[in-house]
Amino acid sequence: MSGYLAVLVVVLIFVVIFQIAKASEYVSILKGEKKSREQSNRINGFLMIVFLVLGLIAVWWCHDLLDDKMLGESASVQGEGVDQLIKVTFIITMAVFVVTQILLFWFSFKYQEKEGRKAFYFPHNNKLEVIWTVVPAIALTILVAFGIRHWMRITSEAPKDAMVVEVIGKQFNWMMRYPGKDGQLGRRHFKQINESNNPLGQDWADKLNHDDFISSELHVVVGKDVKLIIGSRDVVHDVGLPHFRLKMDAVPGIPTTLWFTPKFTTAEMRKRTGNPDFVYELACDQMCGKGHYSMKANIVVETQEEYDAWLASQPTQYSQAHPAPEAAPAKPADSTKAVAVAAAH
Amino acid sequence: MSNEATLHSQDLAHHGHVEHGHGNGHDGHDHHHEETFISKYVFSMDHKMIAKQFLITGIIWAIIGAFFSVLFRLQLGYPEATFPWLESILGHWAEGGRITAEAYYALVTMHGTILVFFVLTAGLSGTFSNLLIPLQVGARDMASPFMNMLSYWFFFLASVIMMSSLFVQTGPASGGWTAYPPLSALGDASIGSKIGMDLWLISMAIFVVSSLLGSLNYISTILNMRTKGMSMTRLPLTIWAFFFTAVLGVLSFPVLLSGFVLLLFDRHADTSFYLSEIFIQGKALAHEGGSAILYQHLFWFLGHPEVYIIILPAMGMVSEILAVNSRKPIFGYLAMVGSLFAICILAFLVWAHHMFVTGLNPFLGAFFVLLTLLIAVPSAIKVFNWLTTIWRGNIRFTPASLFSIGFVSTFISGGLTGIWLGNSAIDIHLHDTYFVIAHFHIVMGVSAFFGMFAGIYHWFPKMYGRYMNQTLGFIHFWITLVGAYLIFWPMHYEGMAGMPRRYFDYSTWASFNQFEGLNQFISFVVIIVFATQLLFVFNFFYSIFKGRKLTTPNPWNATSLEWTTPINPGHGNWPGEIPEVHRWAYDYSKDGKDFIPQTVPVSPDESNH
Repeated sequence: MSGYLAVLVVVLIFVVIFQIAKASEYVSILKGEKKSREQSNRINGFLMIVFLVLGLIAVWWCHDLLDDKMLGESASVQGEGVDQLIKVTFIITMAVFVVTQILLFWFSFKYQEKEGRKAFYFPHNNKLEVIWTVVPAIALTILVAFGIRHWMRITSEAPKDAMVVEVIGKQFNWMMRYPGKDGQLGRRHFKQINESNNPLGQDWADKLNHDDFISSELHVVVGKDVKLIIGSRDVVHDVGLPHFRLKMDAVPGIPTTLWFTPKFTTAEMRKRTGNPDFVYELACDQMCGKGHYSMKANIVVETQEEYDAWLASQPTQYSQAHPAPEAAPAKPADSTKAVAVAAAH
Repeated sequence: MSNEATLHSQDLAHHGHVEHGHGNGHDGHDHHHEETFISKYVFSMDHKMIAKQFLITGIIWAIIGAFFSVLFRLQLGYPEATFPWLESILGHWAEGGRITAEAYYALVTMHGTILVFFVLTAGLSGTFSNLLIPLQVGARDMASPFMNMLSYWFFFLASVIMMSSLFVQTGPASGGWTAYPPLSALGDASIGSKIGMDLWLISMAIFVVSSLLGSLNYISTILNMRTKGMSMTRLPLTIWAFFFTAVLGVLSFPVLLSGFVLLLFDRHADTSFYLSEIFIQGKALAHEGGSAILYQHLFWFLGHPEVYIIILPAMGMVSEILAVNSRKPIFGYLAMVGSLFAICILAFLVWAHHMFVTGLNPFLGAFFVLLTLLIAVPSAIKVFNWLTTIWRGNIRFTPASLFSIGFVSTFISGGLTGIWLGNSAIDIHLHDTYFVIAHFHIVMGVSAFFGMFAGIYHWFPKMYGRYMNQTLGFIHFWITLVGAYLIFWPMHYEGMAGMPRRYFDYSTWASFNQFEGLNQFISFVVIIVFATQLLFVFNFFYSIFKGRKLTTPNPWNATSLEWTTPINPGHGNWPGEIPEVHRWAYDYSKDGKDFIPQTVPVSPDESNH
């Protein structure tokens, strides 16, 4: 009922607006075209200035209002460069934005049609045009130089001693494979994938696989470089790390890499943000199907001791795929969790 | 040229028709079809009628596409609420009055597809290239009126197929308007990748055919059929813009088509162009060795020029409308043409900036950063030239000139954030967040729409011999301008906070759930702005039949050729000879004269600039 009422109200508003508009057309015919044009020019010219002033205030207000909802300091060393570049770009583009918008709406207001005003025949001026070709070109050169420097740093080869984690996406969750004690990931092939006990298709003939384990959480050590080897089991996903300011696609058949150095442990972030429930989240940033919006993994940044303790508690995937006969029915916790999440979608 | 001869005879026939009245003595003539309803309004070969066909089809698509955005904004703004009426229109896609994730993704995908291709490519360029090219270069029609007609009817066929995909049982395509495989290649990956995706691909393939037929016609008409005296440097900037738009389309759409054909092969012929090492729905697929990234290269090789295909016509029309309504020549005509040319070239060299985080070679990425930011230079030239055009002018505020000013404003706002995203070291954080949504909606969505509105208000008198209601136009402009900024400006902040796009629901995320109030506000504004557009649509159709009638053939006191035709020009445009052109299109306020039409010979005492 209220729905129909709302529609009725909207239609009525439409009718009223239309009648006013129609009436104003008749009035303008009666008044003469010139007079009514003068009037509408005055109104629109005035609105130009109103829009400019209120608009600039709104821009400032919006910034003020949303500032505390932003991410805060970058949680990775690499993200600092991103933040710095954003800051420089923000200052340059904001300055250009304010100046050009003021010119646009101020000119529109100031040079509105007036009795006796003559427009200035000004078809070109080479000097002016050179100025506004060269100045933007210089500003952009600076931004490009900064940008490429940061880009080359971020995408450079990971340090040799970085810890390695494989991050594999599938509809609609993430699996992290750790290399175990030997520090090396074993071979895997997609045709050997078995949903129940070998979700990544590890090749058990490869001994390197025997100590690898799979987790649904990404655990990394604060201050220690970590290299992610990223892949996908089905469609294109994307490893999005908003707090670390980084992102990399997960493409089936083509492994990609990303490395970074976490700066703050999860516990430290809880203190810094004043939020006792703070968690780092890994978000899928490439449309991957109906569960795209729920494709999340938690990231735990911890101290070396905490990490070592966690590491020691993780059962290898090999032991789950080859259970001792008597232990068969009791599946270890982590694998059931991963399967349960998968089933939920 | 035989074509010209045909046109001329049609033109004579038309005037014969005026003299003799309806249906008189034309039996047996080969141009008898001029008079029937079918040949005049349906299978018309008159470029002006084809323009109207493109425009009205585009308006219908725009209403549908915009309505889809209202539906998914309801979900984003009010994720907890239920709307029983949604279930009555969407059925099981909105069980209990809340749209499902699958329906949400279908709506998002179709919103993008419809707006980018069917409205802002066909509806914008199709309308105004058709209407203005023959009228402004001084030709009786397009180089091939028949091909022109085919161009519309292929578009219509593409429209019918796309529309029918909305009604199939598994729903329309739902993998995003970019349709990245493997998601779009495998029916097992998403319900929208079943028959809906096939219809999407077929419709788009036909759409490409339509676009190519149109573009080839535009190019040949501009190059070959200009009237006497109309040298290339005397063309209005609208024509230059349409020309570069058509060149972009001809060179890039075929690449898209090839990408789609390969995708169809992967879907149905078991090829592996894009597929490799996939395990889905409990089984490993046979495909090995393909590259999902190859599709992205093929797609964006069109996809990036596509945004210029959308924005260049708007730029051209805005240049023209600002000059006419400021009563001043466009500032820096040659620089304006040069910057269009530079944009046209660079458009082909920047596509991989959509792919910075695909694992692209970083060295290659650096090149694309350089070339992408380079585009800001011609864009800056254009903006400063527009500003100088209105400086010391005598500006009349018509709905057309207001929307042109609005265009410059939004083009600046959206263009500047392009400098953020084009820099890969920033894109690595902002990629696929709401910042991207804010950027491209302002710079090519809102701006292109503003250009389109400006064009419609400005050339409506030429199309229908009547004016649209001005007061409604003013209301339409101010609400839309304010609304557009209210909707998209705050999205930049959501993006900077890392909020990903294409999420159905943010409530389970600790990192992104702080914008609940803001999302609600944005959705609320979306509804108001959408309602305002309906006001425009009403004004448009009402004015076709009941608008104030034109009393002069040149209502805006403009110099260009289209205003030298009669108020309601017939097929062939000019009743007599095509006028000869003696000067450029921008002699406003020269030597104390308000304006000098292009057809007036240069007098010896005229000042020389």
